[in-house]
Amino acid sequence: MKTNIGLIYKKEFSSFFNSAVAYITLIVFLLLAGWFSMNTFFLINQSDLRQLFSVIPIIYLAFIPALTMNLIAEEKNDGTMEFLTTLPVSDADIVVGKFLASMALIGIALLFTFTQFFTVLIIGNNVDIGALLCGYIGLLLLGGVYSAIGLFASSITDNQIVAFIVSFLIIAIFFILDKILMFVPGFLSTIFQYMSTGYHFESISRGVIDSRNIIYFASIITFFLLLSIRVLEMRKWR
Amino acid sequence: MIRIENLTKYYGSFRALDQINFQVQDGEILGFLGPNGAGKTTTMQIMTSYLAPSEGNIFVDDYNVIEDSFEIRNNLGYLPEHNPLYEDMIVYDFLKFVAKMRKIDDNLIKDRIKEVIEVCGLKRVIHREIGVLSKGYKQRVGLAQAIIHDPSILILDEPTSGLDPNQIAEIRELIKTLGKKKTVLISSHILQEIQATADRMVIINEGKIAADGTLDELMAKFRGDTLLEMELKNADEKKLESISEIDNKIKIVEIDDSKEGAKLKLEYPNTIDPREEIFEFAVNNEWKILEMSRSRTSLEDVFRKLTVEQGGSNEN
Ligand SMILES: Nc1ncnc2c1ncn2[C@@H]1O[C@H](COP(=O)(O)OP(=O)(O)OP(=O)(O)O)[C@@H](O)[C@H]1O
Ligand SMILES: [Mg+2]
Repeated sequence: MKTNIGLIYKKEFSSFFNSAVAYITLIVFLLLAGWFSMNTFFLINQSDLRQLFSVIPIIYLAFIPALTMNLIAEEKNDGTMEFLTTLPVSDADIVVGKFLASMALIGIALLFTFTQFFTVLIIGNNVDIGALLCGYIGLLLLGGVYSAIGLFASSITDNQIVAFIVSFLIIAIFFILDKILMFVPGFLSTIFQYMSTGYHFESISRGVIDSRNIIYFASIITFFLLLSIRVLEMRKWR
Repeated sequence: MIRIENLTKYYGSFRALDQINFQVQDGEILGFLGPNGAGKTTTMQIMTSYLAPSEGNIFVDDYNVIEDSFEIRNNLGYLPEHNPLYEDMIVYDFLKFVAKMRKIDDNLIKDRIKEVIEVCGLKRVIHREIGVLSKGYKQRVGLAQAIIHDPSILILDEPTSGLDPNQIAEIRELIKTLGKKKTVLISSHILQEIQATADRMVIINEGKIAADGTLDELMAKFRGDTLLEMELKNADEKKLESISEIDNKIKIVEIDDSKEGAKLKLEYPNTIDPREEIFEFAVNNEWKILEMSRSRTSLEDVFRKLTVEQGGSNEN
């Protein structure tokens, strides 16, 4: 059977642009990203986007929960989930389609920050384009992990606010793990470091794409997507 | 043919469906009647794979909902209760989305949409946003998405609830038209609804099947006593009371000889028909029968008896 992922993706993507909340979310993201990175950008005249790459993961903390909170919760609340899941479509297609829509939006948001990318290219000297691109790939992967978490949070409730809070909390845990290493005993600190998104993101944004980092991002994304699919399927046996 | 076999559904420890069995024949419109909370929606949600059965199964031809959920969903159109729709979509785009999800060939989609627009009378609103439509039009959109792939089975959960009388009449007409070529299962808690559209009905109450049959069959099976109302001239009360001597199954419900023509109400089980004897009894006593009319328990009474008397609604 041909998959319906593409159709779900398209529906989700276009419905995003039907909602004012979505535009506001996107605009706030761009304003914050612009403000916090440009601020220092001209002062120290650096030839990279270090500032941008360290600020976006923080903005993600709220941006991605806001982007993903309605993906499943809203359909549950409106009852359209009953309509959608009784079409000949698998729960996995629904989850993956929605995930891809969220990724596309993150992609668009990042695309807008390219203004800074090009500014650096033009006025900077000795620009390491490879590192810049790696940084963007890292941001995309990071966005993927957070989206998968957001989608999961959205699947467990029909209340968007609850979804936002839950995904914010889970994302915050992943975010904070490598920032509290000094407070945990040694044997835990390696685990914490490996589990943290920051550690893997930073090693990619330094300009090296290591398969270990990719495996990390891919497995966390897969884990939360599978979890979301499970949660959707659970409606049948509640 | 749809066969519901020993279907049981628990919500936690609450048993919403208890070993229900019934069948829907090909091409018939089957009314699924029951008071609020009887288990109609639950049954339909299992049929459409929204829920899984706790026990039992539903078979559609050679497929069953546990193993062949996709095949069954492919050949079935579903209008859920409360008709959830993507309110921010344009009617046309919505139908196109469903058509694509239904794997209708790209070059056939236009024609199919045109056809359902025709059948469901959606021409006027096709470029409008679903959210702004009247309830009646939303219902038509719901029906249109349910038939866009020309399924042989239609599952309609309370398709006319919340509509005004004109819209109800229109939607019923539409369902009857669709029912000419399809197997239709339509649920309602209103008897008239089922009487107006269905060939046969299954009555469900508190998760159990209470009755199953055509209108006439159910009437024959469940109608209670016959009520005979008479108006007699020249009769006095004392003598009237002796009418029950004809058959001890005859009960006198009411005697009123205050006016010139005495009124008499009799009740007897439908297993006997003593009208002739009553007539002769009256003639022998030189009473003149001015009027004699018989009424039967209505199907409404039957439905009420089957549902309310057994505990009725368990919705709280
Ligand atoms: N998700 C659920 N969790 C717990 N109980 C439920 C759930 N859904 C339904 N029920 C209960 O199961 C019973 C059957 O519900 P169902 O919705 O199938 O009834 P219905 O015949 O469709 O009623 P109505 O005419 O009100 O639509 C009811 O008592 C209802 O309260
Ligand atoms: Mg119902």
